[in-house]
Amino acid sequence: MKNTLRQRIGEQFSLITLLLWALRVGVFIVVLWGSINTLASGRYEASTWINLVIAGLAQGSIYALIALGYSLVYGILRFINFAHGEVFMAGAFTSVFVAEALERSGFFPKYPILTFAILLIVSMTSSTVVAVLLERIAYRPLRNAPRLVPLITAIGASFFLQYTFRGLYGSGFHTYPEFGQLWGVWNIAGMDIQIVQVFVFLASLLMMAGLYLIVERTKTGKAMRAVSEDKEIAALMGIDVNRVIVITFVIGGMLAGSAGVIRGMYQPQGIWFFMGFHPGLKAFTAAVLGGIGNIPGAMLGGLFLGVFETVGPTLILQGLGIPAANQLKDAIAIIMLVLVLIFRPQGILGEKLAEEKA
Amino acid sequence: MNDNNKPILELKNVTTHYGPILMLKDVNVEIRPGETVCLLGGNASGKTTTLKTILGMVVPTEGDVILAGDKISGLNTTEIVTKGISMVPENRRLFKRMTVLENLEMGAFIRTGSKGIAEDLERVFELFPRVKERLGQRAGTLSGGEQQMVAIGRALMANPKVLLMDEPSMGLAPFLVQQTFDIIQQINEQGTTVFVVEQNANMALSIANHGYVLQTGRIVLADTAKNLLENKMMRQAYLGEV
Repeated sequence: MKNTLRQRIGEQFSLITLLLWALRVGVFIVVLWGSINTLASGRYEASTWINLVIAGLAQGSIYALIALGYSLVYGILRFINFAHGEVFMAGAFTSVFVAEALERSGFFPKYPILTFAILLIVSMTSSTVVAVLLERIAYRPLRNAPRLVPLITAIGASFFLQYTFRGLYGSGFHTYPEFGQLWGVWNIAGMDIQIVQVFVFLASLLMMAGLYLIVERTKTGKAMRAVSEDKEIAALMGIDVNRVIVITFVIGGMLAGSAGVIRGMYQPQGIWFFMGFHPGLKAFTAAVLGGIGNIPGAMLGGLFLGVFETVGPTLILQGLGIPAANQLKDAIAIIMLVLVLIFRPQGILGEKLAEEKA
Repeated sequence: MNDNNKPILELKNVTTHYGPILMLKDVNVEIRPGETVCLLGGNASGKTTTLKTILGMVVPTEGDVILAGDKISGLNTTEIVTKGISMVPENRRLFKRMTVLENLEMGAFIRTGSKGIAEDLERVFELFPRVKERLGQRAGTLSGGEQQMVAIGRALMANPKVLLMDEPSMGLAPFLVQQTFDIIQQINEQGTTVFVVEQNANMALSIANHGYVLQTGRIVLADTAKNLLENKMMRQAYLGEV
């Protein structure tokens, strides 16, 4: 009896499962220990945490807008468009010149809302054009190639776009003009809340709500879902699959373009040809975190990642005595990606990866 | 048989290859308006290839597919579907994460004019009262029989001139097979031309006007369903008679 019991335990707890459990427990203890230490030290008040969460939501909503582009394309083509960060860059980088010109001419201070609308149109248009050209030139010829081929192409396209835009616009940093009205604070219940953060969050929510309505309610949205489930049968319904794929890239490009303007308003500095790499990586993390291919998952993943990387360093790392914890927010985001891939590869909302998707 | 009646769907000397491999050789099939025609044959006999050829998923290397007098071979699937052919695919292949209603809407994707669509939706509800009860449910949560109903309903929503059915008996319990063929007969009686591809020869011939037998890509028998049921070779090869 004893032997068989031991054997059975041996079968269930192989070395790898043991290691994974140890990792799980270890992560849990570290997170708990750090958080308790930080909270016990009493250095921060409740309002600080609330401010951090709001800042995280603002940051996260930008990630979410970009993450949706990854997820939409993955849902339809089962492929990660690694050049999507550059689609975002194209919008922000192009619109910054318009913004600078409008500021110089004095138009911007007079009509800030109209300026915002113009920037949004410029940014969304340039991002969309880049996304559609990518699909047409780089990805469509490889539609039936093995999966690794378009993936590598996407990475190549990413570099190509970065240096094309460097060639077009130069390698210097540009700065979005400040939307002065947004940079005040609201005092709510004794807390200072930055208006810009609330604005960023609400603007992104509006975009996402729009996307959700398109996908759920319109004929085009339904066709997109049909194509993402079964291209052959979708074609049998008379759906033009190529057209749906282009529309998907258009929507992803529009969301990324809007994220570009919102990023420029929230963090006006550092607009240059390389600005897409980091948010692209974060948004990809967010998309995987939420469940790649899943639209609400990308929204949730983005917001969660934003909050986690804003609150996490202060809450967890500072309690562990790590100096300058705030500079480790990228590390914490990537560690989370690794942990998600180990423990829940399908993401928060993802369904179990069916064979056709895996 | 009414000889003056021109075929609505016709395969004329169709030869099809997958790469270098010969799949269909000189296949001739005629389907007249209002008829039910079945195409019988075992595994790998070319039944599914025939359907794929009709739908433009495979382009014939020789011969033509003709729908209501117009050549459709060479067009893409979307164009062919728009011209009035719809199919109930093998294993139903519903959009499982979409609701039943959305699946039916996808069936009518190519159509404009909400009045006609609404009428056909009613027609589907009359044929399958169960489907009406399940409209808001995700198609993936339905039972096999219910999925079959939705798949047929989805194909009918295109209001096709010719309805193609690929192995409707596949993967269904025997009583559901009987029910499915009753439905096919009913649909045909309502005026839709049906082309059924089946392994279950008895069942298919019981509702068909004409039958074709396919063997390794060639039509080896073509006759009225009644004659085929009595054909000696047919009985031995396909109807389980020793």
